[in-house]
Amino acid sequence: MRELLELLEKDHTLTVAQLAVMLDKPQDEIAALIKQFEADKTIVKYQTIVNWEKAGADRVTAIIEVRITPQREVGFDAIAERIYRFPEVRSLYLMSGAYDLLVIVEAKTLKEAAQFVSTKLSTIEGVISTTTHFMLKQYKEAGVILEDEEEDRRLVVSP
Amino acid sequence: MTWAERISPAVRAIPPSGIRRFFDIVAETKGVVSLGVGEPDFVTPWHIRESCVYGLQQGYTAYTSNYGLLELREEIAKNCAASYGVNYDPRKEVLVTVGVSEALDLAMRAILSPGDEVLVPEPCYVSYKACVSLAGGVPVTVPTRMADCFRVTVSQLEELVTPRTKALLIGYPNNPTGAIMSKAELEGIAAFALKHDLIVISDEIYASLTYDGAHTCFASLPGMRDRTILLNGFSKAYAMTGWRIGYALSNPDFIGAMTKIHQYTMLCAPITAQVAAVEALRHGQCNMLRMVEEYNRRRRLMVDGFKTIGLDCFEPKGAFYIFPSIKQTGLSSLAFAEELLKAEKVALVPGDAFGESGEGFVRCSYASSTANLSEALTRIGRFVKKYI
Repeated sequence: MRELLELLEKDHTLTVAQLAVMLDKPQDEIAALIKQFEADKTIVKYQTIVNWEKAGADRVTAIIEVRITPQREVGFDAIAERIYRFPEVRSLYLMSGAYDLLVIVEAKTLKEAAQFVSTKLSTIEGVISTTTHFMLKQYKEAGVILEDEEEDRRLVVSP
Repeated sequence: MTWAERISPAVRAIPPSGIRRFFDIVAETKGVVSLGVGEPDFVTPWHIRESCVYGLQQGYTAYTSNYGLLELREEIAKNCAASYGVNYDPRKEVLVTVGVSEALDLAMRAILSPGDEVLVPEPCYVSYKACVSLAGGVPVTVPTRMADCFRVTVSQLEELVTPRTKALLIGYPNNPTGAIMSKAELEGIAAFALKHDLIVISDEIYASLTYDGAHTCFASLPGMRDRTILLNGFSKAYAMTGWRIGYALSNPDFIGAMTKIHQYTMLCAPITAQVAAVEALRHGQCNMLRMVEEYNRRRRLMVDGFKTIGLDCFEPKGAFYIFPSIKQTGLSSLAFAEELLKAEKVALVPGDAFGESGEGFVRCSYASSTANLSEALTRIGRFVKKYI
């Protein structure tokens, strides 16, 4: 049910009762659907988007382009799995174009991120090359503008 | 003679807007949760704003034709034909105005002679009766009731029509009640208009915000195209209230007459806003549908909320207002709104701002976030408990 998923994606704090009213469905139906989506991993996780810069936490995000040699039968998947199992890896995508994998790594310091690339990522068999970019500023995450300046500018009462 | 006495009697005769009066009270209170806002809580979609900025870069800064940019008129005509199957010639039958408010004023001034009567179902948008009066006409109130789902009936109209009746002014989906009219009911009204040779001014600014069924465009009914001055605009459907772009569609004589007044008063609508409106019509459908979906969910939340609170409430089928009765509390609309504001800091609009028939009701807009609506409902519930 697309509408339910959209509502939860936007705000997972909505209660089952609220969702049921908004979608004009019985509460038990909504509760069962959510349970089912959680069980079959349609809903993977409920997450909070934090603006870490505002929270004062120092974090370094590295975006790494990786070229690899695909392997017989498993293609890119085996190497991808070896990479995404590292806890430092936030996201991993198979890409078309100039490189094969896009790896997003999060570390506490620049040194830590660089070390991950040189000692763990580059040394995996089948990895041909890596190009590391460090993220300087985050403007938008998962569809949310982090420092949204747009406020409600409407009058309190209008016709 | 004082300065006040030198003001035109027509202007002196019309009361100040009830909404304005209540706004002044609300403005002095801090930290208010507002259900009093008659405009979308979405900002104009970015692609529309961006097209305006691009338009400025391209040098779109001059006057347009009095009728409006031809490009925009063509899009308006195309949209009307596609949505309702009613065809208008963009060169002679479409006029772009500064909001629907201007279009309404032009329509009245174009057709009314002093003393002409206009039937106006009530509760209604605050400008309706004032525009009739300012044009020298006489607004004849047709009260509608919650028991009839705030729909006007032909028998009511028949009772009030006189040889002086020139026009009928309807606005469905309705602000403030959220009522809509079915096709069959509108056909009845159309037959009535034909029988008495009336012009119908149909304000369909909320047409896109119709839930549980399709909107019937009054001009699409047999014999009504040339008899109807169809008013619509971009404020509500595309969240473009501040851009002030509306339009009127009708036969070339009515549109020509309205354009004559328009050219001597406004000259033309702002070109930047017209450029943005072209973009809205060409590429704004997806965003619009998303907003409508969101309003619909909030509407259900509000209906359920008022049911739980225990106030009598008719289920709105259009616009973004809900109009619960507060008669059970024993308070007048204004007293209810003022006391609620004082006690719980929730702003809503007293129903009498929309005419006498609105007394005993309050208008709550659900153009606000779910969190705001839930909070407002909790506070209203707490307040109402003291009275019922």
